Amino acid sequence: MANSIQGTGRGPSLQQQRQRAAFWFIAPMLAALLLVAAWPLCRTIWFSFTDTSLDNLYGGSWAGFDNYLQIRTLESGRVLYRGTLVDPDWWNAVWNTVKFSVVSVLFETVLGLIVALVLNAEFKGRGLVRAAILIPWAIPTIVSAKMWAWMLNDQFGIINDILLNLGLISQKIAWTASTDTAMTAVLIVDIWKTTPFMALLILAGLQMVPRDIYEAAKIDGINPVKVFFRVTLPLIRPALMVAVIFRMLDALRIFDLIYVLTPNSKATKTMSVISRENMIDFNNFAYGAAQSTLLFALIAIFVSLYIWLGKVDLSGEGGK
Amino acid sequence: MNNKLLGRVAFYALVVVIVVFSVFPFYYAIITSFATGTALFEVNYWPKHFDTSNYESVLGGRTFIRSIVNSVFIATTTVLMALFLAVTASYALARVRFRGRGLLLMAILAVSMFPQIAVLAGLIELIKFLGLFNTPWAMIVSYTIFTLPFTVWVLTTFMRDLPLEIEEAAIVDGASPWVIITKVFLPLLWPALVTTGLLAFIGAWNEFLFALTFTLSEAQRTTPVAIAMLSGASVQEIPWGPIMAASVIVTVPLVILVLIFQRKIVAGLTAGGVKG
Repeated sequence: MANSIQGTGRGPSLQQQRQRAAFWFIAPMLAALLLVAAWPLCRTIWFSFTDTSLDNLYGGSWAGFDNYLQIRTLESGRVLYRGTLVDPDWWNAVWNTVKFSVVSVLFETVLGLIVALVLNAEFKGRGLVRAAILIPWAIPTIVSAKMWAWMLNDQFGIINDILLNLGLISQKIAWTASTDTAMTAVLIVDIWKTTPFMALLILAGLQMVPRDIYEAAKIDGINPVKVFFRVTLPLIRPALMVAVIFRMLDALRIFDLIYVLTPNSKATKTMSVISRENMIDFNNFAYGAAQSTLLFALIAIFVSLYIWLGKVDLSGEGGK
Repeated sequence: MNNKLLGRVAFYALVVVIVVFSVFPFYYAIITSFATGTALFEVNYWPKHFDTSNYESVLGGRTFIRSIVNSVFIATTTVLMALFLAVTASYALARVRFRGRGLLLMAILAVSMFPQIAVLAGLIELIKFLGLFNTPWAMIVSYTIFTLPFTVWVLTTFMRDLPLEIEEAAIVDGASPWVIITKVFLPLLWPALVTTGLLAFIGAWNEFLFALTFTLSEAQRTTPVAIAMLSGASVQEIPWGPIMAASVIVTVPLVILVLIFQRKIVAGLTAGGVKG
């Protein structure tokens, strides 16, 4: 746009002036992000190659890849493997994270789509429903974890009471404490909390679908289910793809819900939880740094593949 | 005809399920927060008790009010700083063409997708180096990592959609970019600023990982950490009543704000996400 406004030949052109001003406008923001994001990230990666401990941050020495994988051959000929990459606890956390992310995002997408379709229909009290679904989203994660921990309480929880009354279970379940159900409990709370967000993102996509398409389909007598899969779904695919990646990234780094709802449960420990545990609680600072570096690498690879394979346009500049 | 009626009934049943499922946990937390003693341990579906002693014990405690003050101060300062840095930056990103603009935008978006844990080790070092450990400024500095990219992103999308003409007259008059921002754009930006500010505020208000890691003493805790750490006389004795009261106290203002600004919030959320 500014290309059309040319300088007069004397001094810097208007375009150059604007670009110089733009530089100074962006510089403080960029400096702030370099300080709180780029620099700490580089330091974390650096720490992961040292043996630094939490109480002596500057006393670490270079350790190469030891935190990741260390192969030592003993004199007897036995080979010892150490490091995160052969740590069963780490792989358990990786599996938990992947399981949690895939299942929660899948449910949130399907349920969010249903809620969005409901909100996209015109009916009395639509505003009220939209207000109601915003409530789980507005509640802080820690608060929702505590609320659900109480509702899922084995002795006095209302969930067990409801299920017993309905005859769905024969005895009370220790939802958050038992290793069989801890993951289910976490999934329930996350799906409850995040489906509204998903629904709102999908709804925005739905509202861009012109209404006359539905009218035309109705007049032609086409089955609404068929209309949904043949017309609506392909049209909202871009919005859906963006919503899914945002949720997926959020799910892969989950920490707070699990830390509060099922503390110390092996069945729900995710990569973020185990990294922080090593870093802070077990005083394996560098080891935890290595694990968080791996999580970062995993997320970076995932995003690149998703954008590349799904041809997702995140910048929003595609059409302009 | 019968089929149509059945469809409508099913539709409204679905609506009721959605509403009940969304609202019930919060409703149940409110009921629980008014029950004490043995009343706490009976399952009630309707409000039967009205006993405010849980609220008295939470608010009368030594540090909960302090935690609320901490949270308000931290979230407000974080938001004001993010908005200040973001307004000028997003003007430049949205209205001035320069090489590498798309790349810069993608980099900013990438920062907002960072797993917080990946910067935690480096941030601990930075916070300790700056001498901010166990002070509110530890949180204010570290929350910039998610509030700033978000505000820049949403404000850039918003400004990009404003028509060219509003700026052209000012440029012809020879106004400097700074004058254009403060005199031309800022008045138009208010609604967007309120929305992004509110969303960033909620993000900062709810944050847990950094607040848990960067605070040591009870007096420095933010509300999420304070609630997570509320404990009874013994390990087995979880004080559910006070926990629910504290939860209701920190959530009600948020829910009211969200309900007042619901239209704007929906617009802001979707501007951050759906643009493809």
